[in-house]
Amino acid sequence: MSSQEIFDPYILGIFCNWCSYAGADGAGTSRMQRPANLRIVRVMCGGRVDPQFVINALMNGADGVMVSHCHPGDCHYIEGNLKTVRKMPLLKRYLEQFGINPKRVRYIFVSASEGVVLTEIAKEFSQEIIELGPNPIRGGN
Amino acid sequence: MVTKTKNLNKINGRDPPKIGVYICWCGINIGGVVDVPKLCDYARTLPNVVLASEYKFMCSDIGQGMIMEDIKAGKINRVVVSACSPRMHEETFRRACEEGGLNKFLFEQANIREHCTWVTMHDVPGATRIAKDHIRMAVAKVGALKPLEVTTVKVEPSTLIVGAGIAGINAALDLANSGYKVYLVDKSPTVGGHMAHLDKTFPTMDCSSCITTPKMSEVARNPNIELMTYSEVISLDGYVGNFKVRIEKYPHYIDQNICTGCGHCTDICPVECANEFDLGMKPRKAIYLSFPQAVPGEYTIDMKHCIRCGICQETCPTAAVRYDDKPEYVDITVGTIILATGYDPYDATRMGQYGYGRIKNVINALQMERLLSSYGPTEGKVKRPSDLKEPESIVWVQCVGSREFTGKGRKYCSRVCCMYATKQARSYKEKHPNTQCFIFYIDLRAFGKGYEEFYNDTAKNYGIKFIRGRVAELLEAGNGNVIVRAEDTTLQRPVELEVDMVVLSVGLEPRSDIDDIARIFNVTASKTEDGFLMEAHPKLRPVDTLTAGIFVAGNVVGPKDIPDTVAQAKAAASSASTLMSRGEVEIIPYYSTVLSHKCAGCKSCISLCPFNAITFNEIEKVAEINDILCKGCGTCVADCPSKAIIQNHFDDIQILPMIATAIPKKPQAEEVEVE
Repeated sequence: MSSQEIFDPYILGIFCNWCSYAGADGAGTSRMQRPANLRIVRVMCGGRVDPQFVINALMNGADGVMVSHCHPGDCHYIEGNLKTVRKMPLLKRYLEQFGINPKRVRYIFVSASEGVVLTEIAKEFSQEIIELGPNPIRGGN
Repeated sequence: MVTKTKNLNKINGRDPPKIGVYICWCGINIGGVVDVPKLCDYARTLPNVVLASEYKFMCSDIGQGMIMEDIKAGKINRVVVSACSPRMHEETFRRACEEGGLNKFLFEQANIREHCTWVTMHDVPGATRIAKDHIRMAVAKVGALKPLEVTTVKVEPSTLIVGAGIAGINAALDLANSGYKVYLVDKSPTVGGHMAHLDKTFPTMDCSSCITTPKMSEVARNPNIELMTYSEVISLDGYVGNFKVRIEKYPHYIDQNICTGCGHCTDICPVECANEFDLGMKPRKAIYLSFPQAVPGEYTIDMKHCIRCGICQETCPTAAVRYDDKPEYVDITVGTIILATGYDPYDATRMGQYGYGRIKNVINALQMERLLSSYGPTEGKVKRPSDLKEPESIVWVQCVGSREFTGKGRKYCSRVCCMYATKQARSYKEKHPNTQCFIFYIDLRAFGKGYEEFYNDTAKNYGIKFIRGRVAELLEAGNGNVIVRAEDTTLQRPVELEVDMVVLSVGLEPRSDIDDIARIFNVTASKTEDGFLMEAHPKLRPVDTLTAGIFVAGNVVGPKDIPDTVAQAKAAASSASTLMSRGEVEIIPYYSTVLSHKCAGCKSCISLCPFNAITFNEIEKVAEINDILCKGCGTCVADCPSKAIIQNHFDDIQILPMIATAIPKKPQAEEVEVE
């Protein structure tokens, strides 16, 4: 069993219904392969992403959290995504103060047609988290 | 206007959860990667799960029947289906729950196909882990779900159609003839779109204007159609069934009620500028009618070119000229919207090697259509621009701006160019049998009904030379002729030809203002990589957008020929009328509510709401949300400092358990179990 030697991260995605969740569906339909470590929670809009969702995920042991929604200007609800874009940098600073590497949180824009983009980011993020190692809360270092 | 219907739920959602988990094989899509029976065993170990079943295709009648039976037998009061994306079949399974007698919102779908087995096909333990996590998350959420009541809103029996080309015209006529009010809006002063420019249509060689102009006058005559040409939609508000639209009518600077259309002003106007209708190949006056068959036949002053000399105003027999004309704003309410805004022809100046705009006798295919047309700039006699000589040899260059991977053009095939070039060459040859016509192509795509036969007939009987090879460059010879350099890839040798004229078969591009259109109509989420709007589903919902009540037809979705465009227009009209004839539509009740006992009255949510759905109750000093205006984004929920706002179906009590269970407590122990 490889998991004993190789760290296999748990990554949680919080995706908006209209762009990013659809983009992830598109990646699936096109069979774009990515590491098996991304679980996706669906919310209707990026604006619904409460910073406590991210904190909760990290507290529960997620090694990385990916918040993804529509590109600026493309929000199905006009500008919900922009509200989250403003909150995320603050959240990262807050996490840093609490000793959690802010690189564990990534917020991205993925439109409904960007399955390729999502797949590339998921691969890259997965690699980055592997390099960072397990979430200290989960008993890592 | 707005009514609420009680959902006939026998089970009120307050009973302790008895969850049924149904895992779909989806043929081999899921079952071929993960061990479904083992997933069932795993699901049975989860809290509150009373049964777990599997089936080859849960979305089939049998699969749905399993759910209904278990609900009816009282075995379960919550349902998790672990299958494809909820964006695919959530509604299907919700209906099954409803038919079984369960409130349809006590259902959750775990996506173990698009987000699992399809993206981690070769990693069986990994896919199994993700599938288990997704099932566990769905079980955690479904236990916290609450039954919801569906809101129903009335659908106004009227449609706004944007774009009055052949798609808009056909959709408008179908809807108007079914008795619905139609507002047909177009930016240009006349209806007809690109089809009005064309000379003939393939593969039947019908005269384009002969089949378009009767339709054009029909839209003008139909009492149910309100024609709004030279107008633009500037804002959209509301929701399916009740869209509030604001339209700007550009000023014509001519009082249309008085103008008799005598044309005297055009005769005497001293300003000449390029005629858009003939793609700049013929001048027009600053005061003009687009083309003789324009519908409506309204004269317009083009203020960009008008020098305000005042001659038209002084000499107009009915004194209809109004230099101080102002734009007019019209507000309408419609139930449905059809976007049929069409395309832009590819701007060939971007392909420098073809010298379009630099070499006089290199024209694009739409200009060729005008040259061939009997009411075109040369009245149907094709003449080359440099010296008005009738060309004795013409080359058509295919795939200009299409199937281009250098970044200058578009990657897709524009689907119409092979056939229109064949048609134009045939048309020219019919009139001038002793001339030489060459078509340089990469592949000839003759996919439609009668297209292959048309191409075969043209190639065999008209003496047109089809040469396989992409043209490398076009050069200007001294006498106005054009030198064509290409490789004949069939004979594998370079070709150099000197011809009188070259026609660039330009592809079809998204309109330059497509982003504005997408933004105004809130369909930005539905845009594909190539810039066209995206259908809700490429196969099963080809004319829907992701925004309920807004449909698309024709080239706004991607390049297509006239038969396909008309088919889509009729499909869009039918989809719109389906909504309107039912008269009411269900709105998913994901709206948010303020818990007034928790609200501190800080008002921070009010400015956050993009839909102005939140107001402040000055008496109670609390915020209130109008559940009809609320679209359910949940932005206010995430931001409320007092946590006083809850969102139906996506509340903290539903999302947080999902997050908490996303990561198993002992991940490594569990992995061993997979093996």
